[in-house]
Amino acid sequence: MTLVMQILVDGFVISSLYALGAIGFTIIFGVSGVLNLAHGGILVVAAMVAWYMGANLGLGVYPACLVGILAGIVMAYLTYYLVVSPIERSRRIPAEEKEIFILTATLLWGIMIQEMLAYIFSSNPISVPRLVPGITNVFGVHTPTNELAIGVVSWLVILGLWFFVNKTRFGKAILAASINPRGVSLLGFELSSIHRLVWGLYGLLAGLAGVLLATFIGASPTNVGDLTASAFIIVILGGLGSVPGSLLAAYIIGFIETLTAYLSDPSYRTLPALFMLIIVIYLRPQGLFGRR
Amino acid sequence: MSKFLRSYRFWITVVAIAFMAILPIKASGYILGVLTMAYYFGVFAMSWDLLFGYAGEVNFGPTFLIGLGAYGAGMLNSYTPLPMWLCVIAGAAIAVVGGVALALPALRLRGPYFGLMTLVAVLLLLQFIVIFAGSTGGEIGLAVPDVLSISTDANYYYALVFMLISGGILFAVSRSPLGLILQATGQDPIAAQAMGFNITKHKLFAFCLSAFFSGLAGALMIFYLGTASVNTVVDLAVAIQIIIAAVLGGRRTIIGGALGAIFLIVAGELLRPIGELSNFVVATVALLVLLFVPDGFLGAVLKRRAGL
Repeated sequence: MTLVMQILVDGFVISSLYALGAIGFTIIFGVSGVLNLAHGGILVVAAMVAWYMGANLGLGVYPACLVGILAGIVMAYLTYYLVVSPIERSRRIPAEEKEIFILTATLLWGIMIQEMLAYIFSSNPISVPRLVPGITNVFGVHTPTNELAIGVVSWLVILGLWFFVNKTRFGKAILAASINPRGVSLLGFELSSIHRLVWGLYGLLAGLAGVLLATFIGASPTNVGDLTASAFIIVILGGLGSVPGSLLAAYIIGFIETLTAYLSDPSYRTLPALFMLIIVIYLRPQGLFGRR
Repeated sequence: MSKFLRSYRFWITVVAIAFMAILPIKASGYILGVLTMAYYFGVFAMSWDLLFGYAGEVNFGPTFLIGLGAYGAGMLNSYTPLPMWLCVIAGAAIAVVGGVALALPALRLRGPYFGLMTLVAVLLLLQFIVIFAGSTGGEIGLAVPDVLSISTDANYYYALVFMLISGGILFAVSRSPLGLILQATGQDPIAAQAMGFNITKHKLFAFCLSAFFSGLAGALMIFYLGTASVNTVVDLAVAIQIIIAAVLGGRRTIIGGALGAIFLIVAGELLRPIGELSNFVVATVALLVLLFVPDGFLGAVLKRRAGL
């Protein structure tokens, strides 16, 4: 019984964090068609800046985390202005090849971020102190309160995002741009300003996910590739560009991984999820909720 | 034919091959070792270019094919009494079979999904190798009993001749009617289909050819190195390097892939003294080329000559 509860609690926390990390990734794809393979890099920058502010400059946990999130937003805009936008506007790259150029370029950008972080801060894993101290007893399972807080914060942010996208003017413009970009520009919205807004939003989500990750299991520049891959897998499973799909997929992957880790061997952790992904792609290539 | 013999593209090729062939007289063993690796990488990049540049399919998992070839050959060599050359051929065959198993269903998919499948295939292969560490050597690597040669010069020539032959075949295919059909398929699949070409069949053939040379190169490379390890033949970082090499050299040129690979490996070696930052510098240079010279080295030269 405790084991079941433990799997439920751990699975919930990990899945919520996965969801938060993957949601920005999927919004960027949905609105501007960009798969940002520097995603993991942005998460780790936020985590390491928050750590550096707290451990070396003596900032409190909360201000340090805020600076970390800010760093995430800055990195997202740097990615957009230095890498993505020049390719999108380039006349020398044929339109049908822009996709592979953006993929390759963001991948390179991710490597640059990783190497720079390793050079400045070293590759040692870091962690940020818990946001909420203490331990809570959840139906017999001793769980650090911080983990529960991560789950709650993730869900508040996801709900806030839902509210923003469905109820506010700018949010609706984003939603419309993901459905029909030409239609939105005909209605008088500047597509490029929508893209700027989305990249900012993405930076915020990725920064927050990075900081929370650092308070939960820590981070290191060597995680950049893995973090990108896990977001990528979740987004493919859920359907490229679909937010509800990504949420569901984050929970499926999170729970399958936790179950595997508890019931068999932690080293098999990612295997069942990969198998399931292959089956899903063969049967339903657009993912669970994707549009073709 | 006589026109071809007088074209200076032909003479540049002859001079370049002659230069590479006489290099062992002067160059040190260290330089030859670096170039040997670069030549194998060149074959990886050229095989990748056939698929991307011509068939328009992004294969994010060239290392799936390379890894199958390398580990297939390596494990046969370790656990069976088969001679080395048979293991190499078997490795290439395993890569082709694995490639077909992957491509046959995946080629039905449109858009980015083919690329995603190939990416997942690499991750899966990686997991398998680590989990069955008992027979694959896991993360430490698999030591193979046989080696190609213990002489640096001989290894250099094996790699050089292999690269030249594979490059020649891949280049010839890209210039053949089949290459034209592939190019048409890549640029406008519907129009190509309307002209009566079975695009899936042609793409599958391109994929098999790419798998064959990738697998062969992977198998030869581990017999040169003496070990098969995840870091040299399967890891995503290797796949990324191959893609970067092909894009740097110039897509849709085949030969550009080899140039890009030699540049990338040599640059990586030259930058070794600056330590940790060498990867950063290589990635930065690659990104700048991508942004400012999107056709790659060879592509830019060819375009200028064509007066575009």
